[in-house]
Amino acid sequence: MTARDYAIRYGFIVLLVGLIAYFAVAADGFVSPQSAVFIFQSVAITGVLALGVTATLVVGGFDLSIGSVATSAMMAASYAMVVLEQNAIVAVIACLVIGVIVGLINGWLIVYMRVPDLLATLGMMFLLLGLQRIPTEGRSIATGMTMPDGSVANGKFSEAFLALGRHRIDFFIPNLIPVSVVVLVVLAVLIWFFLEYTRFGRMMYAVGSNERAAELAGAPVKAYKIWAYVISGVFASIGGILLAARLGRGDIASGNNLLLDAVAAALIGYAVLGAAKPNAFGTAVGAVFVGVLLQGLTMMNAPYYTQDFVKGAVLVVALVFTFALSGRGKR
Amino acid sequence: MGSDAVFRVEGLRKSFGQNEVLGGISFALHSGEVTVLMGANGAGKSTLVKIVSGVYARGAGAMQLAGKTFDPQTPAEAIRAGVVTVHQNINDGVVADLDVATNLTLDRLSGKGASLLFKPRNVRAEARAVADRMGLALDLKARVADLSLADRQMVAIARAMAHQPKVLILDEPTSSLSSAEADRLFALIDRLREQGVAILYISHRMSDIRRLADRIVSMRDGVISGVFDKKPLDYEGAVNAMLGRKIHLDRVVARHSARAAFTAERLQIAPGARPISMTLGIGEVVAITGLVGVGKTALAETLFGVRRPLAGTMHMDGKPYVPKSAREAISAGVFLVAKDRAASGIVGGFNIERNISLPFLKRMSGLGVMKKRAERVVARRQIDELGIVCRSEKDELSALSGGNQQKVMVARWMSQASRLFILDEPFQGVDISARRDIAAKLRASADGRATLIFVTEIDEALETADRILVMSEHTIVGEHRNADIDLDRLLAEVAGGPLHSAA
Repeated sequence: MTARDYAIRYGFIVLLVGLIAYFAVAADGFVSPQSAVFIFQSVAITGVLALGVTATLVVGGFDLSIGSVATSAMMAASYAMVVLEQNAIVAVIACLVIGVIVGLINGWLIVYMRVPDLLATLGMMFLLLGLQRIPTEGRSIATGMTMPDGSVANGKFSEAFLALGRHRIDFFIPNLIPVSVVVLVVLAVLIWFFLEYTRFGRMMYAVGSNERAAELAGAPVKAYKIWAYVISGVFASIGGILLAARLGRGDIASGNNLLLDAVAAALIGYAVLGAAKPNAFGTAVGAVFVGVLLQGLTMMNAPYYTQDFVKGAVLVVALVFTFALSGRGKR
Repeated sequence: MGSDAVFRVEGLRKSFGQNEVLGGISFALHSGEVTVLMGANGAGKSTLVKIVSGVYARGAGAMQLAGKTFDPQTPAEAIRAGVVTVHQNINDGVVADLDVATNLTLDRLSGKGASLLFKPRNVRAEARAVADRMGLALDLKARVADLSLADRQMVAIARAMAHQPKVLILDEPTSSLSSAEADRLFALIDRLREQGVAILYISHRMSDIRRLADRIVSMRDGVISGVFDKKPLDYEGAVNAMLGRKIHLDRVVARHSARAAFTAERLQIAPGARPISMTLGIGEVVAITGLVGVGKTALAETLFGVRRPLAGTMHMDGKPYVPKSAREAISAGVFLVAKDRAASGIVGGFNIERNISLPFLKRMSGLGVMKKRAERVVARRQIDELGIVCRSEKDELSALSGGNQQKVMVARWMSQASRLFILDEPFQGVDISARRDIAAKLRASADGRATLIFVTEIDEALETADRILVMSEHTIVGEHRNADIDLDRLLAEVAGGPLHSAA
């Protein structure tokens, strides 16, 4: 390998390590278990969404609806528990069902109705943004809220559900690791194994790279594409569950940044290890990278309103790594 | 050639890197004549057209238009000088979202002297004049996207004619038209011929050529291999000059097959085509040859299940074979190395090993998890057997030469045993040594399956097959055992007409 190959392959990892080293020196308390956990916790939800959208990127698609799937799932979970007075399991199942259904509809629109992926999922995004507000006529959901018909909703978030967002597991230090971080790590390992080591993942990459070749090699291309959107929808709804559990209410104003942050993490992932393609490991590193950067800057008293600027800059640099340096863009 | 040639090309050369595509082309076009240019894939026709139409710069040589030097730097210059090209892809010649009138006058919207504002009434009047001159009966307000392919083609040609060119180049204009639509195009071409336009018509379709040609120029491997202008035109001679006929030192020893692996009974692959019946034997290599556009790929895709026959039945080993997808064909033991490896074979993001295992992931995995060692073993064996030149099985395909890429495609489908092995144009874009390797490997491994290759070049069929079938007009018109072949008869069948003479 030439120096250039090394730069492409390890450049982004080196950048991440360098960044951590810099913050370790410059920001007091940056290197501590608590700080590391905080970083993971801050990126857990976007990370889960990013892993889902990675699946659609792998088959050569895109899913813009993940953010609104997550917020719809959050509203649905809140509605199930607060208004319908159901338990945690029902709430979780309702969310997952929403994820599956939205994924199926996205896939159907794209594969059978031939709507371009960006447009189909953009439409779905708007549809869900509107839909999640209809049952409560635009109100946020919390215990004791007044319903449109004047009655008062008396259900509340079950402890078991809230634990998904708030419980911390002992890991050397008591009460260290939040459940959401465990969920992120488990899902990351799952999707990584699925994409890299199973024949289904392999075929999804083939579909994304050359759809016709995959079809002539006997792959049910349409089914693979639809499955990718189902994966994306389910992951987004899991993100929504974590969001609801963390907030403890169905807040219509939350989750605005989820879509952009998740997509950014997945795209930054292209640059990791010179993959130049969507990959689960890269996505996870991308999400952590953004988390490290924001945590470090926050600890150095950078104002909150610079965060989006920083994320944008990182994304642009990562994309340059991917397309210009590795030369894959030419193909 | 007479002195009244309106357009002349002398000693035109063009190379891309090391690769010489045109090796000194000279010809002339005459007013009011249709000159047909024939050439197999890779003969250099499109390069020639692109040079004449100002897309490529020429390497060497000279061009003259009406006695003056013609040296276009851009397509726009060529058009202004009076050489107008209608490219093969119809949709390149029209803007689908605009109406017919705007399309017909599009070129006046830009360039020097174009007015800043756009007056719909003027545009329509101008378009009407253009359409009338061409005898075009179209609704000028119709959106081009709503027109049939033939009508779009008419609009593209009419648009070209709005420049009142001296030379009109038509690049395979009938390749996506039905025969009724083609007739309308021919009537238009007759009209232009009467108006004194010199027309260069590029096609392989013998029916078009018989209908239109005043002269035929055949091209092969970047040079003119024959000019035919004596009436009646010698069509077989032109085909022969285009396909070439060399002395074959390594002719194959034709084998017989005792047992049938695959049979097709009265298979119809295109509307109006005569049905096809054929039997492919175990251990035999059969080549189907024919010009481009006679339905070779359609037949290959029908056998592989990605296209439905209009009528007829197929049997594999005596059992009915009705594949509805590539997947079903593969599980029945029918494999296809598809034409155009870049578009329908190679997975760009995958290395050699992963490209080879692609169709057989299920057989190389347990509970869905890939067995990477099994995959590597298969890839290494195939690399050895086909002599693929690479550093390792982890090489990306973009790092390989065309011949080695094709070997990987063949290796993919030879890594597992098949009952019927189909290869569509397996030698396209492949150097001679890779071609020999692939052909030798196909013959050496032919036992236990039927092998069917589709090739345009007769040479390739002669080098590889035990039996040669000839296709024309979406059906099979001839059959030859590859021993003491009557090449004149074969060429006549390829050319699609009755045998005129012994010439």
